[in-house]
Amino acid sequence: MAANREAQNPVDLDDLYRDVILDHYRSPRNRGARDDATVSAEGFNPSCGDEIQLSVAIVNGSLNGIGFGGSGCSISQSSASMMTEAMTGRSIESAREMSRHVQQMLTDDGFDLDAVDLGDLEALSGVAKFPVRIKCGLLAWKVLDQALADAAGESVSDDSDIPTRVTSS
Amino acid sequence: MTTATHLDTAAIREQFPILSREVHGQPLVYLDNAATTQKPQSVIDALSNYYSTMNANIHRGLHTLAEEATSAYEGVRREVADFIGASSHREIVFTRNTTESLNLLAYTLGARLRPGDEIVLSAAEHHSNLVPWQLVTQRTGAVLRFIELNDDQQIDVDTARAAINANTRIVSIVHMSNVLGSIAPVAEIAEMARSVGATMIVDAAQSAPHIPVDVNELGADYVAFSAHKMLGPTGVGVLWGRQELLADLDPFLGGGEMISVVTREESSWAALPHKFEAGTPNIADVIAFGAALDFLNEVGMDAVAAHDAELTHYAVERLSRLEGLDIYGPADAADRAAVIAFNYRDIHSHDIATILDRSGIAVRAGHHCAQPLMRTLGVPATARASFYLYNERSEVDALVEGLLEAGERFGFAR
Repeated sequence: MAANREAQNPVDLDDLYRDVILDHYRSPRNRGARDDATVSAEGFNPSCGDEIQLSVAIVNGSLNGIGFGGSGCSISQSSASMMTEAMTGRSIESAREMSRHVQQMLTDDGFDLDAVDLGDLEALSGVAKFPVRIKCGLLAWKVLDQALADAAGESVSDDSDIPTRVTSS
Repeated sequence: MTTATHLDTAAIREQFPILSREVHGQPLVYLDNAATTQKPQSVIDALSNYYSTMNANIHRGLHTLAEEATSAYEGVRREVADFIGASSHREIVFTRNTTESLNLLAYTLGARLRPGDEIVLSAAEHHSNLVPWQLVTQRTGAVLRFIELNDDQQIDVDTARAAINANTRIVSIVHMSNVLGSIAPVAEIAEMARSVGATMIVDAAQSAPHIPVDVNELGADYVAFSAHKMLGPTGVGVLWGRQELLADLDPFLGGGEMISVVTREESSWAALPHKFEAGTPNIADVIAFGAALDFLNEVGMDAVAAHDAELTHYAVERLSRLEGLDIYGPADAADRAAVIAFNYRDIHSHDIATILDRSGIAVRAGHHCAQPLMRTLGVPATARASFYLYNERSEVDALVEGLLEAGERFGFAR
């Protein structure tokens, strides 16, 4: 069955390791905690050890800047790096919407790439074809959700079966 | 050291149906044997044959099927006893896996500990020989002490001596590390344990598949290992214990099979080893484990060990020549068996594993259920290649080629 699916829709390593992703892995943007952070959160994947810490500066309801720390595979770290760039300057609402889109892109077979303009973040779409790596791509976004929920004084309900632990910090 | 392997791997490989499959259009190169090994046709047939011809519950039935199944199941117990040099089949307890064997010991032996008693483990333990003892310390107030690694990343007699003292009640250490590949000097450490009156437990999950293991030579009181890492099916673990010690232990799980007389108020226990096998056991998989032991006996554990050592030596030699490749564990390949943990360039091991998988090569990546050891080594994770009797030099070559390709993808020239 799996072999059939692959024959119809061959999965290539190039789908996972897009140039944009490798570029962010080698030259991470916004690495390091921000002194002006108003909220921070962290998360890790217990099964593989990937870690992400985020510190977010929120001023008047918009994300003035995001710093990230942590360690892990190229997918987890570049996803975080790309996220910090793409979310900076957005309102909390807009950032949450983008986070929802990216997480759908990674987990939902029916996601329509043409329906939303994700910019460079679209490079993460190939991760969806590598089931064991999806949690790597999701980690930074789940941590972002936690940080933004903290900023809004809400709690996050995570009903996915992906074993990621996210906490406020 | 000869240049050829000691085994006719071509003939051996023919007996493992899975080794002829392809992964992503490439021949499978299975180098994740420390996680679990593949199964020969004889083991697969034994499972099917049991269910096709003699399926019955054992020990209590009075009909022919029950007799045959009981005889086959108990026959494997004797075979396991012979395989590890136990003095009686009564010393062999079947569990689900090494983890359950160690939990059985932690639960029963741990109940006897008092605040201040010391349990000695090593810095290289798998979580299965660490977490059960952490639970014991929470229940009893006993404390953990650790045998540290020496400068060559091995457990040695000196580092063991530093951890074992008059307060030591239990010493439980890994025989062969699932990360470092190193073999601990168990016999010497057992002697130290005995001299302070401590119980000596050996986690042989990695060693029993790869090197001849004789419980008397180890000088241990208890030894635990798993069938699935030595050609057998999943779901079968072994706990060996000295008969007089097992007889003195309280039961772990209560229920059917493990009793002698039951009243409303109390029960008396069945004789060894049944006292420790509550409920219907994993009959089919134990019987199939017998076929795995037949296979290993036919090849011979000395030949298996020689083959694994030769292949490991070759792999260390080839991998060491790659620029930017770090191997963990003893510097001399002669001090390790069948397991090589490594990192390559600055490429995370999960990326290595994903890229190798696309070439049909299966390796493990991550913390290998040994997070404290990873911290000791100062790395978040490693890749790991581990070999068994069906692996060949050409598969090591494929691994090296796959690593070079991974390097290229991450921008490193060959």
